[in-house]
Amino acid sequence: MAVSSTRTGFHAGLHRWSILLACCTLLLVVAGALVTSRDAGLSVPDWPLSYGKFMPPMEGGILYEHGHRMVATTVGLLTIVSMIWLFRSDRRNWLRWLGVIALAAVILQGVLGGLTVLFLLPWWISTAHACLAQLFFSTTVAIALFTSGWWLRGPIYVEEIPKYPIRGLSLAAPFCVLAQLALGAAARHKAIGTIYHIAGSPIVTGVILWISLRILLHYAENVELRVASISLLAITFCQVFLGIAAFMSRVAYADAVQPMPLMVTFTVLHVATGALTMAASVALAILVRRNVPAPAREFAASRVTAVS
Amino acid sequence: MAAPLLFLAACGSGTQPPNNAEVSLPEAHVDPATAGTIAGRVLFTGEAPVMPEIDMSSNPQCERQHHSPQKAQTVVVNSNKTLRNVFVWIKDGLPHAHWTPPAQSATLDQRGCVYEPHVLGIMTGQQLEILNDDPVNHNVHAESQVNPAWNESEPPRAEHKFKRFDSPEVMFPMTCSVHPWMRSYIGVSPHPFFAVTGDDGSYTLKGVPPGTYTVEAVHEKYGRKEGKLTLAPSGAAQLDFTYGS
Repeated sequence: MAVSSTRTGFHAGLHRWSILLACCTLLLVVAGALVTSRDAGLSVPDWPLSYGKFMPPMEGGILYEHGHRMVATTVGLLTIVSMIWLFRSDRRNWLRWLGVIALAAVILQGVLGGLTVLFLLPWWISTAHACLAQLFFSTTVAIALFTSGWWLRGPIYVEEIPKYPIRGLSLAAPFCVLAQLALGAAARHKAIGTIYHIAGSPIVTGVILWISLRILLHYAENVELRVASISLLAITFCQVFLGIAAFMSRVAYADAVQPMPLMVTFTVLHVATGALTMAASVALAILVRRNVPAPAREFAASRVTAVS
Repeated sequence: MAAPLLFLAACGSGTQPPNNAEVSLPEAHVDPATAGTIAGRVLFTGEAPVMPEIDMSSNPQCERQHHSPQKAQTVVVNSNKTLRNVFVWIKDGLPHAHWTPPAQSATLDQRGCVYEPHVLGIMTGQQLEILNDDPVNHNVHAESQVNPAWNESEPPRAEHKFKRFDSPEVMFPMTCSVHPWMRSYIGVSPHPFFAVTGDDGSYTLKGVPPGTYTVEAVHEKYGRKEGKLTLAPSGAAQLDFTYGS
């Protein structure tokens, strides 16, 4: 018999809304990456209005900058509804507070976006804006995960193998990915050279390989962990090649003038896949912490998958 | 997030504070009887790079203003193998004094979604008049490091903008993010002895007091080159610079 750790009902509408929020947030990350890649960040000098209006002429870089603001406003509204819905329909207090944190994050994100325009893109505000975008996307993915019927059916416990511990190790991936994303954002905003981001990539890839392979070699019987680690590996694989493509296209376009469609495409895909890598590493860490109890904890025997 | 940002702060570079010490300096005076001329050419050796055509299709109103595709002006090599758009100025050697800026404004025009001129010389304290002759919105972003940077919109048919730069700065980009191919450069000189090479690659600095000077040439892609010379009273000195691909 499945054990429900949350003792709360499944709300299909809330779950679908959470998925919509996560998808729109990924679209927002893409819109933000387009703004930076097309050098359109300052095409609208004022904020919160655009050229003193709600709807300026959508020409040239204004299309990207104001378009980004419009998608961001939509995501903000979706987040407000999401938080209200969680408070009305879900009895898990920690999840309600996660909804509040998501709303606070999206508001802070909007303020950072406005400040970076008003202060002419100082690298530290722009980098903080880029990093918070990734954290916010991971939060929306986590909310979608927590509101799923599959999550509510309860964990599939698996005992941690002392020789191959995984609980602590699983937390390393999100932290390494976030640090790598920060280096990438700082390089994009010309605070540091790209070399720091390039140097970080084998380290992050190595950490992800280490965690994923450990799960696939020693915890593969657990379907949740298996799927999550294979997904993280696949996304990381794509991300490494997109990173190489983005770098090569930048080298090739060194003397070019905007627009540079190939460079923009690869860079935007690299940023979006970076967000997916972050979210996948967070999801894997959540699933490891849920399915692999701390050694001292007694777990329900009914859903134990014995691992020899 | 604080730790990575602190690390990044250590890697980043700061901006220089503005230098306003000029204000208290004595007024400069040049005796016309002894003033001379420094002239020269900026030569280019090697194969001239082919500049890419600018794709203005994202804004058809820009595209329609040109009969043929516009090329980037990053490197413009003249037919006589000289380099256009090089800012040449006396970097060092002039008496430490305050030079009065001219009363007339320097003009930067936005026409056909390109800047005219591509490289502009201006004196500290001189007015810069910025025009928008296009039927589209522009934003004008002065990416200065020494002078305060600014970014303002300039809609079509808007009143001209007037700006001033109070500290010497050679040179910084002026950009438009609405049309990201738009880029020009401004060199702010504390004195009137500067020039920008044109379609014959030459420059002339007139009315220079006699003395020993460091003259600097600055190009947006190929960077800085210096030369030293001594100008005799009422003399003429020649100094050429050579860039190469």
